[in-house]
Amino acid sequence: MAERNFSIARLPGFTPTAIMVFVALYLPIVMLVAFSFNSGKSVADFEGFTLQWFVKAWQNDHVKDATLRSLLIAVVAGIIATAVATAAALGTTRRKQFKGQTFIYVVINQPLMVPEIVTAVALLIFFAQIKVLTGYQGLGYLITAHAAFCIPFAYLPIRARLEGMDLTLEAAAADLYASPWQTFRFVTLPLLLPGMIAGFMLAFVTSLDDVVITLFVKSAGQDTLPTYMLGQIRRQITTEVYAISTVLLGLTVVLLTAFFVLTRKKD
Amino acid sequence: MTDTPQSMIEARHTVKAFGQGDHIVRALDDVSLTIRKGEFFTLLGPSGCGKTTLLRLIAGFEMPTAGQILLDGADITDLPPNQRPVNTVFQSYALFPHLTVAQNVGFGLEMQGRPKAEVAKTTAEMLALVKLEAMANRKTSQLSGGQQQRVALARALAPKPKVLLLDEPLSALDLKLRKEMQVELKRLQQETGITFVFVTHDQEEALTMSDRIGVMSAGKLQQVGSPRDIYTRPVNRFVASFIGETNFLPASPVQGGLKLGCGAVIDGLTATKPSVTLTIRPEQIRITAPDEAGSIPATVTSLVYFGTDTHCHMALSDGAEVVVRVQSPASGEAGVTGGQKVGLRLLQGAAQVLED
Repeated sequence: MAERNFSIARLPGFTPTAIMVFVALYLPIVMLVAFSFNSGKSVADFEGFTLQWFVKAWQNDHVKDATLRSLLIAVVAGIIATAVATAAALGTTRRKQFKGQTFIYVVINQPLMVPEIVTAVALLIFFAQIKVLTGYQGLGYLITAHAAFCIPFAYLPIRARLEGMDLTLEAAAADLYASPWQTFRFVTLPLLLPGMIAGFMLAFVTSLDDVVITLFVKSAGQDTLPTYMLGQIRRQITTEVYAISTVLLGLTVVLLTAFFVLTRKKD
Repeated sequence: MTDTPQSMIEARHTVKAFGQGDHIVRALDDVSLTIRKGEFFTLLGPSGCGKTTLLRLIAGFEMPTAGQILLDGADITDLPPNQRPVNTVFQSYALFPHLTVAQNVGFGLEMQGRPKAEVAKTTAEMLALVKLEAMANRKTSQLSGGQQQRVALARALAPKPKVLLLDEPLSALDLKLRKEMQVELKRLQQETGITFVFVTHDQEEALTMSDRIGVMSAGKLQQVGSPRDIYTRPVNRFVASFIGETNFLPASPVQGGLKLGCGAVIDGLTATKPSVTLTIRPEQIRITAPDEAGSIPATVTSLVYFGTDTHCHMALSDGAEVVVRVQSPASGEAGVTGGQKVGLRLLQGAAQVLED
């Protein structure tokens, strides 16, 4: 018993610390979910169980409108980001190491490092110029902005997938008379697909959740779900917002579970 | 005209350099080689000798820095791999993990656009050839190493290539399986009549399987010949020591033969240089009584028992060490003991002169 390997789990205070961390992480979320079923309007007392806030949110045209816009932006931006990230990941991993590789990684992951507010202000100025020049006022600005900051989120799982893939597989396909396009279509793409789906889902969730850049870039009447909720909360705390948050939370849990299943290592 | 109808692959003054500026490495340094139709040809050498680079040039995965590669008389130097009627068995097998065994085997035929019925028929034939009919619908990850190896073979053979390239395909298998696969490969080569180019660093594998061997070192082809040629008449010290075990003894020409450092003269050998090296295989030396006429006096220094035979380490009178291999009799005894004075007799033609 005297000789035991070091284990951080046996240090004094490990268990209480862990419990505190989990409480800090999850208690607010649990309360949010609980109060979204609260029949009263108070944030202090739980007065009884009800689904009325979900029904109310469902029947609210503003919520419907913002939700559809959020989903449209997230899907289109997610697809664009996944396509761009796939091309970038193929270009950076399906070859021998090259000079400036780290630099390329940094450039691709720029949105992760530059403060979001800086990007938001920069986009505001940039898009203002284009609006003046073209007169276009549509959703294109939001979609473009979302696609851009979603690229690194899509890139990471795709790159991880590609790095675990033997380069010899493509050599073998070429050796077996596959043209470069056939090699991509029949070998690289099917093996890459789980990574691409995972990348799309991360991009989708990231886009769905964005507030800062969206606030700066959106034109009047282009509220997404998060900016609509922010607007509501500013005026008065509505339990409807809790219900929407709970639904978003549920959606995220489903997507993240699917993400982990897809990126799980085989065997 | 070096292009005889017999030649299947011809490399002409092939150079492959990697790196830039001061860091250029010549993986292949002016290699010229002809591989004949239907032969089992082995490229043998230590790691880094350029044998795999030469294979990759034939497959088309690398472009030569200089020189030409001909396949069946046609210049294929600039063709991409998918346009060369050459298939490869990779060291890592490189089986497609998302396809079944049968889909893997049929992949090349599909890519060539062969009719579905032909793909199915050839795939079935190939699976029968490598005895994996029962595994057709399995995923490749469900197979053992030896079975994966066979799938890789069937996949590469299915499109009936003019040349099959094998890049150390047996190195990942354990000894027993490796021996079985050696026999299997030889059988497949004879049944299909396809030219095999086999890369290995294992000299025993090369000797037992090949029709001809090309020994490589430091990016150069050292010697090409039948296993017997290479073993019995090596052209330089590298070939002599890389293939099998041997004794090296310095010698110099005298009237009627070559004189060893210990003073003994071996008759009938000539050399053009004032000092040369003799290579003598340990099994080509017999132990005699110390006073037998014409024998070289030696002292037994140590014995190492190997089961089938015993390696007897001997010292000649000038201190030079010679190893003699004695086949074990039923008792397992070599018949000599440490410190014993003996004579050594070389079999006819045992000593080969190396001038490098």
